[in-house]
Amino acid sequence: MAEVIRLETPLTHEKVAQLKSGDNVLISGVIYTGRDAAHKKMVDALARGEALPFDVKDQVIFFVGPTPPKPGQVIGSSGPTTSYRMDAYSPTLIERGLTGMIGKGLRSEEVIAAMKKYGAVYFGAIGGSGALLAKRIVAAEVIAYPELGPEAVRRLEVKDFPVMVIIDQEGNNLYETGKAQYRTY
Amino acid sequence: MKTVYVNAIIDAVEKLCIEANYDLGEDVLLSFKKALTTEKSPLGREVLDRLIENATIAHEERVPMCQDTGMTVIFVELGQELHIEGGALTDALNEGVRRGYEKGYLRKSVVKDPFDRVNTKDNTPAIIHYGLVPGDELQITVAPKGAGSENMGALKMLKPSDGLEGAMQFVVDTVDQAGGNPCPPIIVGVGVGGNMEKATYLAKKSLLRDVGVHNKEERLAKIEEELLERINKLGIGPQGFGGVNTALAVNLEVYPTHIAMLPVAVNINCHAARHKTITLKGREE
Repeated sequence: MAEVIRLETPLTHEKVAQLKSGDNVLISGVIYTGRDAAHKKMVDALARGEALPFDVKDQVIFFVGPTPPKPGQVIGSSGPTTSYRMDAYSPTLIERGLTGMIGKGLRSEEVIAAMKKYGAVYFGAIGGSGALLAKRIVAAEVIAYPELGPEAVRRLEVKDFPVMVIIDQEGNNLYETGKAQYRTY
Repeated sequence: MKTVYVNAIIDAVEKLCIEANYDLGEDVLLSFKKALTTEKSPLGREVLDRLIENATIAHEERVPMCQDTGMTVIFVELGQELHIEGGALTDALNEGVRRGYEKGYLRKSVVKDPFDRVNTKDNTPAIIHYGLVPGDELQITVAPKGAGSENMGALKMLKPSDGLEGAMQFVVDTVDQAGGNPCPPIIVGVGVGGNMEKATYLAKKSLLRDVGVHNKEERLAKIEEELLERINKLGIGPQGFGGVNTALAVNLEVYPTHIAMLPVAVNINCHAARHKTITLKGREE
């Protein structure tokens, strides 16, 4: 097991350049949530020449739609959703300065090309570990699209949020290297 | 004739929705522990450790193990000598879902229309499969299913000449293409035969089997083992990070089919394999 890298947001280009595919990372600081409907709204807003609900420069978006919090909870269970559904929108946000995404599963060639061109990293959190991950979120606030319910954009404050670097800004991809290493089919 | 009142059905479904989402089955937990002993990838082992920890937190703190608490799939086996009193059975099942998802703080993930996509805000309607059986009992299985794994399912209408090998190849290819998307380690449901909808129904229904329980027919159990072996050679591993535990089980169900058909359906379940069952006994009126 490689040593754990502690990373503070905002995720500047200097920090992005240090991260390599396969790195085990604990993120602390502010990150934002967004999934299918929020991504569509954000990219539609840009197309109309409107501002985004938050400045994506040097920021990290976590693809998640949490469960409702129980009384006393900051947020409900919060694991990553499958990322490829955001593939149509991610390149536009990366072009605007987004440097990090947290999700699970494969990404398209277009997303990886944008990550390489503008400098961004794709992190994987463990899908289906939403009860565990919620404990690393210390504050949550809806900042846009409240009408979307679980899909609203939230500003999260996380502490030691565990992720893996899946794809780094050079395009190295843990899903490919990991699979190749153990494939005997 | 024996009777079951809809209030009892509503209460039962409410409880099943919550328990299914909070309490991972012992069979799955055991299979995680077994996978830990065979997993060669250090990252894969770490994933399995975290999944066991996650299941423990969900169970002890009474929270959903996964934020995708699913679209609620309900399998009903209704004894044909049983009478339902107090309202419509379908309404009662949906009311149980409504209450369970509200009281259990479960995510409401259903949109009313596939094009307009406005959330129904109570996770209804459920997808209900009815079966009529002899007797005077009502068996209800609630199986919430997340979209990450459901989206990776596939159906192919193969030719009879494709045979068993063609069917197996389609299953393995479907899992290979899904990669880390459906949250491996997965459970692979396979339905072969019948027609288009029958094969997909069988694939889903096979997921209700506990992990480690093979098809009762020896020849089919052997195919399940062969498929599991092939799938675990793909290298995808836990979460797709690489490893030798891509699937925990392959469950195969078959049905008679047409002389010109060989339908094969694959329904992938994530490791949060959720299903809880209750049997309600009617009371003599």
